[in-house]
Amino acid sequence: MGILDSKIPSGPLADKWTQYKNDINLVNPANKRKIDIIVVGTGLAGGSAAATFAELGYNVKTFCYQDSPRRAHSIAAQGGINAAKNYQGDGDSNYRLFYDTVKGGDYRSREANVYRLAEVSGNIIDQCVAQGVPFAREYGGLLDNRSFGGVLVSRTFYAKGQTGQQLLLGAYAAMNRQINRGKIKAYNRHEMLDLVLVDGKARGIIARNLVTGEIERHSAHAVVLASGGYGNVFFLSTNAMGSNVMAAWRAHRRGAFFANPCYTQIHPTCIPVSGDHQSKLTLMSESLRNDGRIWVPKRMEDAKAIREGKMKPTQLSEEERDYYLERRYPAFGNLVPRDVASRAAKERCDAGFGVNKTGQAVFLDFKSAIERYGKEQAKIHGFSNPSKEKITELGEGIVEAKYGNLFQMYEKIVDENPYVTPMMIYPAVHYTMGGLWVDYNLQTTIPGCYAAGEANFSDHGANRLGASALMQGLADGYFILPYTIGDYLSHDIRTGPIPTDSAEFDSVEKDVRDRIERLMSGKGKHSVDHYHKKLGHIMWDKCGMSRNAKGLKEAIKEISELRSDFWENVRIPGTADGLNQELEKAGRVADFLELGELFAKDALTRNESCGGHFREEYQTEEGEALRDDKNFKFVSAWEYKGEPKDSVLHKESLVYENIELKTRSYK
Amino acid sequence: MKLNLKIWRQKDAKTKGKLVDYPIDGIDGDMSFLEMLDVLNEELNNKGEEPVEFDHDCREGICGACSLQINGEPHGPDRLTTTCQLHMRKFSDGDTIYIEPFRATAFPVIKDLIVDRSSFDRIQQAGGFISVNTSGNTVDANAIPIPKENADLSMDNATCIGCGACVAACKNASAMLFTSAKISQFALLPQGRVEAAERVENMVRQMDLEGFGNCTNTGACEVECPKGISLESIARMNREYMSAATEG
Repeated sequence: MGILDSKIPSGPLADKWTQYKNDINLVNPANKRKIDIIVVGTGLAGGSAAATFAELGYNVKTFCYQDSPRRAHSIAAQGGINAAKNYQGDGDSNYRLFYDTVKGGDYRSREANVYRLAEVSGNIIDQCVAQGVPFAREYGGLLDNRSFGGVLVSRTFYAKGQTGQQLLLGAYAAMNRQINRGKIKAYNRHEMLDLVLVDGKARGIIARNLVTGEIERHSAHAVVLASGGYGNVFFLSTNAMGSNVMAAWRAHRRGAFFANPCYTQIHPTCIPVSGDHQSKLTLMSESLRNDGRIWVPKRMEDAKAIREGKMKPTQLSEEERDYYLERRYPAFGNLVPRDVASRAAKERCDAGFGVNKTGQAVFLDFKSAIERYGKEQAKIHGFSNPSKEKITELGEGIVEAKYGNLFQMYEKIVDENPYVTPMMIYPAVHYTMGGLWVDYNLQTTIPGCYAAGEANFSDHGANRLGASALMQGLADGYFILPYTIGDYLSHDIRTGPIPTDSAEFDSVEKDVRDRIERLMSGKGKHSVDHYHKKLGHIMWDKCGMSRNAKGLKEAIKEISELRSDFWENVRIPGTADGLNQELEKAGRVADFLELGELFAKDALTRNESCGGHFREEYQTEEGEALRDDKNFKFVSAWEYKGEPKDSVLHKESLVYENIELKTRSYK
Repeated sequence: MKLNLKIWRQKDAKTKGKLVDYPIDGIDGDMSFLEMLDVLNEELNNKGEEPVEFDHDCREGICGACSLQINGEPHGPDRLTTTCQLHMRKFSDGDTIYIEPFRATAFPVIKDLIVDRSSFDRIQQAGGFISVNTSGNTVDANAIPIPKENADLSMDNATCIGCGACVAACKNASAMLFTSAKISQFALLPQGRVEAAERVENMVRQMDLEGFGNCTNTGACEVECPKGISLESIARMNREYMSAATEG
């Protein structure tokens, strides 16, 4: 076990969480009023946690860099949220959701955490409906479901293509209710710059008011980091421009272990890169794979003609198209998990079958779905012998109702009508499964410092299934942290308020001020974006969809050099005593420049392929990922020791008592 | 393409602002409007000048952070589009583009193109929620069937991104479209009916306190709303308000 104790309760899998809740210490309502909690990040995990803590009676302070909690990047999640409700009667259960998630994660997640996630999934839907989240419904008035990748049931609840928005606004509303009661104080346009430890426990943070530039001290009895993932280490990703790793990385530097940094999700269906000016990538929801079929031309010369604009994809007959996912994976077809779909797209494009100017795109085609829905609608509405045009019109109506906003977004960006011409898509960085190491209580290796949602590592192993991020964020915030943090805080009922005029706060504040001064005093050769883009190139080329030892070693060296260059030569205009977005970016990129190196080091250490981590040296003859359970069935948890190169690896061995480890097959 | 930008520069809330000319070249039609500003900022940065500050985050039209009054229109000339989804192909070589912050008493300028929209948060805090605890111990999600039509209409209202375009478009700087969207979302659902009267009274009161103007039915908000929230929502809010006032 080493020094990592996952604190998984004993007993049968299905009883662990119930037993745990029966055994923990509780804090009585009068004492809760004497306890403060800081929540950093107000997305699904942070927003729901903050609302629930406040409702229980704790005093809560929330922090977000956005101008309102409602703008946290959870809002951009499109497709849906999973829950084992089995409303469709298609054989779903808590066990099956648990099994799908562990298998989807390529057997690199913790059984007990995942089972608990499946167990509370149904409650999330009940809760959100009670809060007025307008999920999609059937004509009978009951909730509708759809399918997502890597599963054989329909368990995904959705609100058009804006599920994340609706769930986040639900959590935001719950927060607002508590702000109105005075139980949450929201510090918006504030960024956490460091974590303060007193006697080894997390007792506060140093934050910067992004409007005035003031450096502020905030104390609490516990600190929850729900600050999201680190996909922006690649510069181009589907993350928001401001998404960053700072809160988690600062905690890492103060002693929280960072787990599995190399597990990154490259999402298969994003709008391809169009040019050098590109600032971010846009996702097209995985739900589109319910109805869209992915293909490239069968013949290389057809692909070439399409690339050169001499041929239109609609000119190719069915026989001339290669529906490569359906061909390679007949059982799951277009609904294979994300890592598998992404690699398959890369394989086809690398082989010369790409379909856009750069050769880095495949088609996502809705023709069959439009025809299928059109025929069905014609029958429902009693059209006998409907014309081809009528069928298309009716079918497009259904596709529009299901995915209208996504189609519109695509048309705005690409300037092509996806109802007529198939969409062009390519994989892009989307989500990071790695994050702060946490035990069963979601506590990091720093007592009193918790991590929730994408910021922790716990539930998705080496690959996350679609519609599971929203589920995990809300599970952590609404239903798990409120119990586990109470157990911890039950020891703090006599502590009293934490003073901020201590030597500990003095020292951390000084570090923060020194760092800002150092950033501001760069020699001024290049902008922050210059460095961020360079880092992104290194990451995408050498730590992206496939990796090898040689490339990773180069990446480590190049990132380390880039970091020195950055600190010496970065240019930040203006001053630090007011609103300065370049300074904000600089602090974030400085952390990415450390994380990126640890990422590469982690990928180099893991001599196997699993989930989103694909090492070219470890693959089957058919090009599928080759896991090594004998040597790598563990969580990599890195301890900070100064420079990323000095980080020390700790292993949490993964034990599977309820699932038999198999080679993941979607054939 | 070559453009002549006229951009509002303002140091902080207290300093007077002004429009400044920025000629720019080499803009590609596939760039988004904000990517065009990125190019400008990189240029300014290289010259040692302070970049233009503007709010933005998701850049996919959902977070509501981006704003900008472009040639007098919130989010620019395109319909059902946020500034981040506006592409430069909508403009022509040689165009002059005026870029200003959203203007309203209740949206004071913080710096350059960034305004303070916390008044919107306070309207939501006054009643934009259903008072259920987050324990998860509620009734089963399918216990209360909701007609699909109502659920869909509720969803249409719930898609508001809180960007403030409705306020910026309105000659009265009214926030009625924003406020009515949240009121409509809940008014159309059985879960929301329980507190409907109290909600509409509290949210409207806060809206007035923040200094937003009244609605005079010009419909400019509906035209400029990037999410297509309908003027009917304002009518629904008025009905809700009237019946709450008469009940009380």
